[in-house]
This record gives sequence, structure tokens and C-alpha cells, in this order.
Amino acid sequence: MIGFTVRRVIQSIVVVFGVTLIVFLLIHMLPGGPARALLGDNAKPRQIRYFNIENGYNKPVFVQYWRYLDGLFHGNLGFSYTYNQSVVSLLEQNIPKTAYLVGLSYVFTVLIAVPVGIVQAVRANTAVDHALTGAGFVAYSMPTFWLSTLLILWFSVSLKIFPSEGPQGASVSAALHDPRAMVLPVLSLTVVSVAMFSRFVRSSATTALTQDYIRSARGKGISPYRLIRKHLLRNTLSPMVTLFGVSLPFVIGGAIVVEEVFNYPGMGLVLWRAATSHDYPLLMGFTLVVGVATVLGNLIADLLYTVVDPRVRHA
Amino acid sequence: MLNLTSAAKQPDVLDALLVVEGPASGPIAAVEREKWLSLKSYLHNPVGLIGAGILLFMALFSFVGPLIYHTNQVATNLTAVALAPSAKHLLGTDESGYDVVGRLMLGGRSTLEVGFAAALIASTLGTAWGAIAGFSGGWVDTVMMRVVDAILAIPPLLLILVAASIFVPTVPVIIAIIAVVSWLITARLVRGECLSLREREYMAAATVGGATKRRVIVRHGLPNLIDIIVVQTTIEMANAVLLLAALSFLGLGPPLPSTNWGDMLSQGLTFIYDGYWWLIYPAGIAIVLTVVGLNLVGDAIRDALDIRLRGR
Repeated sequence: MIGFTVRRVIQSIVVVFGVTLIVFLLIHMLPGGPARALLGDNAKPRQIRYFNIENGYNKPVFVQYWRYLDGLFHGNLGFSYTYNQSVVSLLEQNIPKTAYLVGLSYVFTVLIAVPVGIVQAVRANTAVDHALTGAGFVAYSMPTFWLSTLLILWFSVSLKIFPSEGPQGASVSAALHDPRAMVLPVLSLTVVSVAMFSRFVRSSATTALTQDYIRSARGKGISPYRLIRKHLLRNTLSPMVTLFGVSLPFVIGGAIVVEEVFNYPGMGLVLWRAATSHDYPLLMGFTLVVGVATVLGNLIADLLYTVVDPRVRHA
Repeated sequence: MLNLTSAAKQPDVLDALLVVEGPASGPIAAVEREKWLSLKSYLHNPVGLIGAGILLFMALFSFVGPLIYHTNQVATNLTAVALAPSAKHLLGTDESGYDVVGRLMLGGRSTLEVGFAAALIASTLGTAWGAIAGFSGGWVDTVMMRVVDAILAIPPLLLILVAASIFVPTVPVIIAIIAVVSWLITARLVRGECLSLREREYMAAATVGGATKRRVIVRHGLPNLIDIIVVQTTIEMANAVLLLAALSFLGLGPPLPSTNWGDMLSQGLTFIYDGYWWLIYPAGIAIVLTVVGLNLVGDAIRDALDIRLRGR
């Protein structure tokens, strides 16, 4: 157990360094390097040379990487020139709102996907199972932005039930005070995740249902409800813990699109603006943060899995 | 579980082993039976047939369709802007006066081409990477897999955003970008399979028989990976179609005159308050159908090749 934890932690640290290396290399693949990106296309060669010397970009690449890492350790992720603000402060401002959106959708995803997947597994190969599988297939195959816009078309343009725009305002409290405006953004993200998670729950529960302890429980005459609650649920849910870490990059990707469609002022919207206005420090800063968060998420999920499921503890 | 299939697919090695064990006709017949079983169980699976049917329809529609249904997709026609569907324009016209059905065919061509090319490149790259890591083992494997972990930690859409803002997004560049973010899962699966392949007896038999390391891998290793690679390629193509659409929606897709379903959709979505439903539904339905078709085919192939489900 301790050996596993230590090995897993070391592995995560190595991967985190890998992520920093990728982000660093991406910055250096920019045409003309960071100087051209920061000073713009009209910068004179002399200005670029001066900038490069000033910021140490004339040094060997590994020295530059070391300086970059040094900056990271001191909490310096760079400076966004379109927002004229440090990347760290932008992240501090905007990540809570995205976390709120993503977190809410995760809660609803679990609340919906678990019962759906279990019903499918218990009623495997019936009309109910086929219908739900089909619906999941369609939801999973939908471009997120199309789904979001259809929801706007149906629920705000035609039915006029929910606003077509996410809650506005610079802080999480604005989002908290406007729950109606949160419905459509959260719904868009949830539909896609439910399709992904329920498939996982279904196959996990199907495997669990073939186990001997389920047969024994059935044999002693347990009611179907108690069978699911006492014997099936926990064994189905424990592998799901790892799904959170794995799904994070995709859900964040979905959040970028959803925030753009609903004009929800979170990190996704900031990021999209950064991409279209070539604000590389901001793009790279956020890429790094999401990458590290995913690695940590996977680490926590794996360690948590050993807590939830004693069988893998000594594996 | 792949043991039986894999062994039976290696007639030359088996031949050598079977000299002692039995008649030489055995393995050949086994191979034929295996192929027949896979094909039969695929054809008996309605899911796979539906998926294949959808894909065939989409391909015919996009590539053969323009030969039958002639439209002008070059010059704009400002006298026929955003017309509702009629006998002349089956799905109406868009905001530039292009016929929507003809536009769907044109967009379908580039969507399918980008998806297919990206999936093909991603599969090749992923297979090569995974096979090298899996067959090498040791620290080469460790380093190569940590690279995969690191890239996998970054959302693909984010990587694509960064890449598309660095490079000028022409069609080949978009294909390359989508391929670069799509090969990771394949690499992982292939590597896992290679690790288990390495331990098989027939691999050892081939080595003992004097085959070079390269021959062992290319002749005896890779053919056993075909199943996973085919399934992964269909899934990758489905994801590539979705990524291309998302990229076009965010305004970072291939520029005009190239068009794809994602482009059409994101254009149409600006008319959400105008009631132009024919600019909002058709392209989206085309994307969903194609992606569903690809996923269905992938699932069906997996089931057909999965020996556990054959009831033996």
C-alpha cells in the first residue's frame, strides 16, 4: 500500500514536469517566439533583440526552461497582455466560476448516470436498455455547441422558460443569486457527461451482476431493491471514482464551449478570447493549470480507489 | 481472451509447432473458420449493419451526391438568400444563397476527409508509439508512456485551441493538429496488448526459430493488434468529426472556401432568433448521424472479434 502510494506520487510528479515541458515547448514553437507574440507583428528587429536579452530569451533553451520552472515555483505564470493583468490573478478570478459550473454538472451527472446505468444493467437487453443506450449514443455524438444552442432555441426562444445567457457578474456569488440562468449551461454539460458516465456504470454493474456474491444474495431470497442497495451499488460505484480524474480534460473542454455559447464569464470564455487574440501567456498558464489539476485528480482518484475498494489495496 | 484468435491467426508458427502435434491442414481451416465467424457475427448484429448503412449513406451522399444533385457552390446568390425549403431547394438556402443540400454534400466531403485522414494518422502514430514502448519495455517504455500521460492530462480542445492559434489553420494543418491530440489512447491500448503479446509462446517460438526481432514484431506481433487498431480508428474518426466541428464553431477551423458541417452549423446558429430551422438542424443531424454510425460500427467490430461473446 505504501509502496503503491509512493510509486504513484513519484509518477505523478514526473508527469507534472512533463506537462510543464510540453507547455514550455509550445511557447517556443510560437512563430517569432514570445517576443513577436508580446510586441506584435510591427515590432522592429532591434526591439525584439532588446526584449530577448531583457527577458533571457537569448540564453540556451535548458537555461530558459529552468528560469520558467523557477518562475512557476514562485507562483509566476506570466503576464496577459490583452487583459493587462497577471495570469495568476486572472485565474484566481475566473476559475471559481468555471469550477462552480463544472462541479454542479458533475453532481447532476452522478445523480442521473448512476440510476440510469444500474437500470440498464439490471434490465439488460430489454427495450428499456436499448432505448437508453440509443439515447446515450445520440447525446454522446452531439457537438456540445449544437446541443447548447438547441436548448436555447427550445427553452429560451420558443418556450421562454430560461434565459439564453448564463449569470453575469464577476464573482461566484452572482452565479449563486441567479440559479435560473444556470439551468441551461449546467444541463448542456450534464447531458454529455451522463452519456459518458452511464455507459461506464452499465458495464461496471453488468460485470458486478455476474459475480458469485450477487448469486448468493439472490439465492437467500433478498428483495431486488435490497440487492441493488446492499450488494450492487457499492461494487458498481467504486470503479467510478477513477472516472472523475480521467473525464476532467473532456469536461473542461466542454466547459470552454458551453461558456462561449452562454456567454458565461468563466475561465472558458477568457480562454477563448485569449486564443482568438493570440494571448499566449494566458493560454499556456491555463493549459498548465488544467494539466496539473488533471494529474492530481488522477492521483487522488487512484489513491481514493484503494480506500473505497479494499480489494485493490494490496494489488 | 485473444489467445485463441491470436494463435490461430499465425499459421506459419503454428505449422512449425503442429508438425509434431497433428495434420497441417488444421491451422488453415482454423483461420478460415475464425474469419468466417467474425464476419458472420458482424452480419448478424443489427447494430453493426445500421452503423455501416449510415456511413455508406453519408459517404455516397457526400461524394456521389454532387454528381446527381447539381448546385452552384461557388458563386453567392443574393437574390435567393435564406429561402425556406421548397421543391427547387429541398432544404432551402443559406444566408449567402447557397443551396443547403448541396452545401451539406460539400461540407460532408471535407468533414469525412478530415476525419478519416486524422484518424488514419493518429492510428499509425499511436500504433507505432505503443508497439515500440510495449515491445521495448524497461525505461524506454516508462519514458514513452509518461509522455503519453502528460499530453493526455491536457484537454484536447485546449491543445487544439493553442495549436490553431499558433499555426495558420489550413486543412492539412487541421488534420495534423487533430491527429496529434488523438493518438494517445491508441498508444496506451497497443502498448498494453504488446506487453501481453511479448509473453506468448508463439512469439518465443518465432525467436527460437531464428527470426529477427523486427520480423517477430512485424510478422507475428502487429497482425494480432489489427482488432484493436480498427476499433480505435473508427472511434478516433468519430472524435475527429466532433473536434473539427468544435474548432469551426470557435472560429479556428479551416478558412473559406473550404466548408464543413461544423462551419455550416456555426453559421446557422447566428440565425437562432430568425426561425431559419433549415440552417440549424440538417448539419447537426448529419454530424450526429455520422458520429453515431462510426461508434456503432466500432462497437459491432469489437463485439464480432470478442471471442467471449461468441458463446463458445
